[in-house]
Amino acid sequence: MLTEALVVSAMLFVVGTFGVLIRRNAIVMFLCIELQLNAVNLSFVAFSRYLGIDGQVFVFFVMTVAAAEAAVGLAIIISIFRHYETVNVDNFNLLKW
Amino acid sequence: MAYILFYVFSAVALGCAILLVTRKNPVASLLYMVMTLAAVAGIYVLFEAHFLAAIQVIVYAGAIMVLFLFVIMLLNLGHDYRQDIRGGVWAVLAFVVVGATAGVLARQFRGAEASPVFDYFQGAGAIDAMLAERGAVGVIAQPLFTHYVVAFELTGILLLVAVVGALALAKRKV
Amino acid sequence: MTLPLTFFALQEGIEIQAAHGPAGEAFSPFLPGVIILLPLLGFLLNGALALAASRRSSAAVREGTELDFLEGGRRPLTHWLPTWIGPGVVGLAFAIVLVNFTRMLGAELHEPIIRHYWTWMNTGAFSVDAALQLDQLSMVMMLVVTGVSFLIHVFSVGYMGEDPGYPRYFAYLNLFVFFMLTLVMGASFPVLFVGWEGVGFCSYILIGYWFTDREKSDAGKKAFVVNRIGDFGFLVAMLLIFTTFGTLNFVEIFEAAPETLAYGGGLVTAMTLLLLLGATGKSAQIPLYVWLPDAMAGPTPVSALIHAATMVTAGVYMVARTSVLFALAPVGGLSVALIGAATALFAATIGLAQYDIKKVLAYSTISQLGYMFVGVGVGAYAAGIFHLMTHAFFKALLFLGSGAVIHSMHHAFHHTHNHADPQDMRNMGGLRRFMPITWLTMWVATLAISGIWPFAGFFSKDEIIWMAGARAAGSYGGWFVLIWVMALAAAMITAVYMTRLMVMTFHGENRTGQDEARHLHEAPWVMWVPLAILAFLAIFGGWVNVPLEIHDSFLGGYGLLPMSEWMHEWLHPVAAVATEIQAANAGDFGHLSPFGGGEVMWAVLSTLLALVVVLATARVVGGFRILPAADSAAAEGFKKVLFRKYYVDEIYDSIVVQPLIRASRFAWKVVDQGIVDGIVNGLGHFARALGWIGSLFQTGTVNTYALFLAIGVLVILGVVAF
Repeated sequence: MLTEALVVSAMLFVVGTFGVLIRRNAIVMFLCIELQLNAVNLSFVAFSRYLGIDGQVFVFFVMTVAAAEAAVGLAIIISIFRHYETVNVDNFNLLKW
Repeated sequence: MAYILFYVFSAVALGCAILLVTRKNPVASLLYMVMTLAAVAGIYVLFEAHFLAAIQVIVYAGAIMVLFLFVIMLLNLGHDYRQDIRGGVWAVLAFVVVGATAGVLARQFRGAEASPVFDYFQGAGAIDAMLAERGAVGVIAQPLFTHYVVAFELTGILLLVAVVGALALAKRKV
Repeated sequence: MTLPLTFFALQEGIEIQAAHGPAGEAFSPFLPGVIILLPLLGFLLNGALALAASRRSSAAVREGTELDFLEGGRRPLTHWLPTWIGPGVVGLAFAIVLVNFTRMLGAELHEPIIRHYWTWMNTGAFSVDAALQLDQLSMVMMLVVTGVSFLIHVFSVGYMGEDPGYPRYFAYLNLFVFFMLTLVMGASFPVLFVGWEGVGFCSYILIGYWFTDREKSDAGKKAFVVNRIGDFGFLVAMLLIFTTFGTLNFVEIFEAAPETLAYGGGLVTAMTLLLLLGATGKSAQIPLYVWLPDAMAGPTPVSALIHAATMVTAGVYMVARTSVLFALAPVGGLSVALIGAATALFAATIGLAQYDIKKVLAYSTISQLGYMFVGVGVGAYAAGIFHLMTHAFFKALLFLGSGAVIHSMHHAFHHTHNHADPQDMRNMGGLRRFMPITWLTMWVATLAISGIWPFAGFFSKDEIIWMAGARAAGSYGGWFVLIWVMALAAAMITAVYMTRLMVMTFHGENRTGQDEARHLHEAPWVMWVPLAILAFLAIFGGWVNVPLEIHDSFLGGYGLLPMSEWMHEWLHPVAAVATEIQAANAGDFGHLSPFGGGEVMWAVLSTLLALVVVLATARVVGGFRILPAADSAAAEGFKKVLFRKYYVDEIYDSIVVQPLIRASRFAWKVVDQGIVDGIVNGLGHFARALGWIGSLFQTGTVNTYALFLAIGVLVILGVVAF
């Protein structure tokens, strides 16, 4: 089952990437990043089934950090929203030449 | 039996993921994400990672996604979301890149069971033994508080930092 | 400044001590370096005075006014010191040359004496010293240059006395003498070339002396540019000589030449033809003579010095100096003679139709230079140099005389505010009443130039024509007959135009006008004393090179008149090698005319013919009714062609100058601005374009950056997987 799980994980990851590339809404982009993290978690769990418990411990940490990151990231998005009145990333183009 | 369930959960996960990415309404996207998380949690159970499945549903789907929802609601989004998805050249380009990546990865994962990486680790049997001895939670707790205790403590501090940071950032200027 | 001078004097002194041998055997030069340095010193001193006077003079030059002190009051230092420094340094140099000359007369010199001063360039295979060569040929040239220069400097004191740039004038004139002496005393081609270029430059600054007048400064430019074309030939010849001989010193080259070069071979012919190109530029022969008539824009003493006596003779000197090479290349020698004869005839015909007194003399100079070229071209080096010397005397006299005339006419017109041309002969006439000394001396010069016995020009011209005819018996005989015929014809025409000049200027009725005539007067003594001295030389100067046969005949008073073949003997050591080569290969000439009859017969014939032509022309021209220039009709028909100099200047303009200007414009607009600037600017534009392309990636949106991330991941995965 490992192969299938890995393939599913890869597909989820790829879909997540697609979402990051295709969406303009900052929050939805963030959501897709969470999806990517999830795909990786799945991959870890699949391997851990065959290789040992360390995979699951790692997933534990990933989830924790993902939570922290989501909190801080959303806080940033809120504070940006206060300046721009929108979360459309096209408007956050100060790096444009 | 497990295989059938696995395929069902995978299909749900993938389907909801695709729907997630293509919905205009961010709340809809979010709800599909929750579904994806639930499906993945199901797959975790099939892989004997019961604790993680529970944590996935409770923390990830239950807390983090709710947080997302709070923020979406707070920013009062959901009205003018017509321009949310890039179209045209972007979509094609992204699809091509992403598809190529998927293809390469899929090709690589064939024959993963025979990979030499298996020689370096304990093996599947170890988990079953521990599972029987300590139960679902104990199986994680044992390495977490012995081998990985430093990382555990650091993660605690990280969470503290995140809380403080989020508060500081999101605070209204008073 | 005095330090180098003392150094040289010391060095000379040491040389004198060291080289002193038994009297009558060794020639020890006396201060040769000082001869050259004196005019340079004059240049520096006069130049300093000119700079000091510059503010006052330049205002006057710009506005064309006269200097304030001329109306009365003392002349300032800057305007009377040059009177003494200018002629003084040249006179001193002449005195030193005389001392050297007397010493050389006493000694029997077979090899040239070389004086090294310092190593100029030394780069391995190529080494040139600053060295002076003293032999019979350079001595003759030095005498002519310093002697005639001195007289002209004295004349200039009177002629240029009222000019605001007086010290500048003498500075330039002294500089010219310095360079000319470098030219004739140089011991190697590069030193000669320094002098060559230097006199070209001085010619430019002196012709364009009154530079505020556009035409005059253009004439100076024309002289320099046309000279440069000849200099190119000279330089290529120098390169050829260096690659063949490995050295550029005269003594070494001429020693090695007979063995190294094949007689009549392509290499030596090429060398001589290229040297000829240089000579035609400097000595105003066809095709590079066009600058000399325009050069009459300069002050008349300048025309006398540079364009009659010295600079233009540099080409003749150079051919005489490299006689060995020309003897080895019969085609080269023939070309020299042919060009000389053709130029002599050509210029003489133009001189027939000119009205400006100086233009007639200019074409006369070109014509007489042609004679000198014929002389050195047929191998009669002594004859060529002899004619150079006599020509210096009578042509300088003619120019200075015309200068006196112009000075007087200018004064007259100035007083009556008449704007007519003071140099136009149609405005002159009957001047002999007002300027008897000038009239007399100029007639002496006219008789000399027409080749009438016993004046100087007779002997020199006669010998050249004789030698040209003598070679008709040898190879290329037909060409020499042609040369002989052209030379004879030119001689006759010379007599015609010179007599025309004299009659129009000095005889007949005065056409200057009633009021102006009151102001016509003889030149001051500063101006007519040099004329008298030159006249003396023009009469007796030819008696130093009379062939023995003529001396013994009635033309020489049956041996009683103090004539001798001295110059021929004197120059023999210099021309010996060349004469031997010519005798060995082309045959021995000079004593029999192929047309029968002896030297005496032809001599008598030519002088009688010349006399007849002079008298006839005087009669005919005297009978013409000449109107002042303003009332004269323009020339028509063939006379117009002659007057317009066969339209050569116009032809050169359309064939050479205009295409060059068009090519220049093309190179400027299309190549430089279009292509070169286009490429450079294009590179700049290209860089900007590249930058613009790069800027397209910096959209500022996260999606773009994520895309590139994804592409990068894909690439890495691809590399790892495949």
